[in-house]
Amino acid sequence: MSRILLSRRTLLKSAAAGLVTAPLMGIERAAAAGLTIGIIYVGPRDDFGWNQAHAVAASELKKVPGVTVVEEENVPETVAVQKTMESMIKLDGAKLIFATSFGYFDPHMVEMAKKFPDIEFRHAIGLWSKDKHPSNAGSYYAYLHQAHYVDGIAAGLSSKTGKLGFIAAKPISSVLQNINAFAMGARKVNPKATVQVIFTGDWALPVREAEAANALADAGCDVLTCHVDSPKVVIETAEKRGIMSCGHNASQKALAPKGFITGAEYKWETIYKNFAALLTKGEKLPNFERGGYDKDYVQNTAFGPAASDAAKAAATAAIADLKANKPYVAGELKDNKGNVVVPAGKIIDNYDVFLETTNYLVEGVIGSIT
Amino acid sequence: MSDALTTVAVAMFAGAVRVSTPFLFVSLGEALTEKSGRINLGLEGTLVFGAMSAYAVSYLSGSPWTGVLAAGLAGSVFGMAHGFFCRLPKVSDIAIGIALMLFGTGLAFFFGKGFIQPTAPRLQAIDFGFLTSDPQLKVALQINPLFFIGLALAVVLWWALANTRFGLIVRMTGDSAATAKAMGVSVDLVRFVATTIGGFLAGVGGAFLSLYYPGSWNEGLSSGQGLMAVALVIFSRWNPLMCVAAALLFGAAGALGPALQSVGISQGYHFFNAAPHILTLAILIASSSSKRSLKGAPGELSITK
Repeated sequence: MSRILLSRRTLLKSAAAGLVTAPLMGIERAAAAGLTIGIIYVGPRDDFGWNQAHAVAASELKKVPGVTVVEEENVPETVAVQKTMESMIKLDGAKLIFATSFGYFDPHMVEMAKKFPDIEFRHAIGLWSKDKHPSNAGSYYAYLHQAHYVDGIAAGLSSKTGKLGFIAAKPISSVLQNINAFAMGARKVNPKATVQVIFTGDWALPVREAEAANALADAGCDVLTCHVDSPKVVIETAEKRGIMSCGHNASQKALAPKGFITGAEYKWETIYKNFAALLTKGEKLPNFERGGYDKDYVQNTAFGPAASDAAKAAATAAIADLKANKPYVAGELKDNKGNVVVPAGKIIDNYDVFLETTNYLVEGVIGSIT
Repeated sequence: MSDALTTVAVAMFAGAVRVSTPFLFVSLGEALTEKSGRINLGLEGTLVFGAMSAYAVSYLSGSPWTGVLAAGLAGSVFGMAHGFFCRLPKVSDIAIGIALMLFGTGLAFFFGKGFIQPTAPRLQAIDFGFLTSDPQLKVALQINPLFFIGLALAVVLWWALANTRFGLIVRMTGDSAATAKAMGVSVDLVRFVATTIGGFLAGVGGAFLSLYYPGSWNEGLSSGQGLMAVALVIFSRWNPLMCVAAALLFGAAGALGPALQSVGISQGYHFFNAAPHILTLAILIASSSSKRSLKGAPGELSITK
């Protein structure tokens, strides 16, 4: 009996000690670091996809002297993310929060930005607008479709059947941009090429993604790519079926030792390092930051063994053009129902918001958004 | 058009064979557990933990079948835990099931962190492609041995429940614990064993997910398949043979969405993607009746009591 009492007392003592010291330690830690940045992920950091792309950037950011990075993964798009932000700010002393999932923004990030006006909040998809949202919040976004365009060029030249497959989660603008860019790239080098789209309906449905990859392989597609949270299943299924693949979000080269061509990757570390440098200097962060190859915000995965020499040459040339900020969307451009989207002679600048309002699939894409 | 029809039909057949196995294993395990008078809602957690442990053990040992066995054993431990807690007085089997579901998935995510990136050796399929010259069918006829094991198990379970002493005791504890006690049978022991076997099967179902189809471990792998399989048991009226039919139907319906889009029928894909659930609802409505709605339901089951 006495033993139980003793252990209970010890437990109470240590719990009390913990309660007293935990906030102190938090303050101490915050004071010791020069700049603390919080990064919040919706899924696991090593998902071979969207979250991994941010986590790779976070690990680069950690190497910057004077910068401390605090991370939390698997944070749902609910009030849970508000709690995470609050604890990063109050306990870890974060001065800048990167919220990397679509649903974190409204109302969660907006609420927290109002509650903590001295802290900077940035959201990884372009939802911020000047009139509606606080000025210590903002958006940053990278034009991944430019890298998908390069993918398309390499895929169009590597494909033998001219039939390419695209597995997409939902028909929202950023996904449609990637599909269209992939198709435009492929049809630039092979005007007969088609891109067959399958929408799975959600961001992470491994079984349906595998079914979709099999269905496209059965339909005669010999290159697959995708826009889902974790492309691992699609790339591995393509490899199993003996066809080629292009990656998305992060590097999947290791998953397809035979069939990998190249992949569209984010390079968030450029933005993260810039923002950290601005804050360290005490300057104001941009509220609405975006860019593509010209600002080194996106990249293509190193070519895999399935990329033909012609594909490598054409893709490298396209990358050089994009780095020089040369536009790749020009009229006449039709959607896959035959309507003219961009009239002949008109050139769409890479920064034109027209691209972000994409609600159509271009000619050569087999699929429907409804 | 007929070409497109065949493509869709073959895709649905292939989907039924590829996707049904985890549903089959989990629902067979649950059918046995429920026949003994308990509901184990924790099988979703068991499935996810099974998937993780199979992948991990296959990666570490280099042998996928060792992984399958490990998944089954891990699943039995979860089944044992359920069986053990539920025999304590005034404990609800449904609450314990939900607790174990959350515990199983959480534990799987915790231990599974390090196994998302590595590539483990996978289970190989048996190739029946020589039966046909059609390239699409050739792929569809690559069938995993676990599928056949599942089919055989369903028949054995169906036969054993109806015709053996073991089956009689399980059904008796499920229908009337008082009778079983009067016969000198330990109700708790029978349910403990039935839940443990159920857990073993659910673990093996998880191994199929991570080691064969879709064939990799990540945290979104199951996306609720374990829960759906538990529902399939009620749908198939606690009959193991009907579990096979339900699992195949669910697999085939799941393949409908992608298959239709691959032949160019892409309007309304949301509807086709929801096909398994719409189909389930339709069959449940069609087969329901005020008189024989719960025929075959074990009398001791907490949802029917």
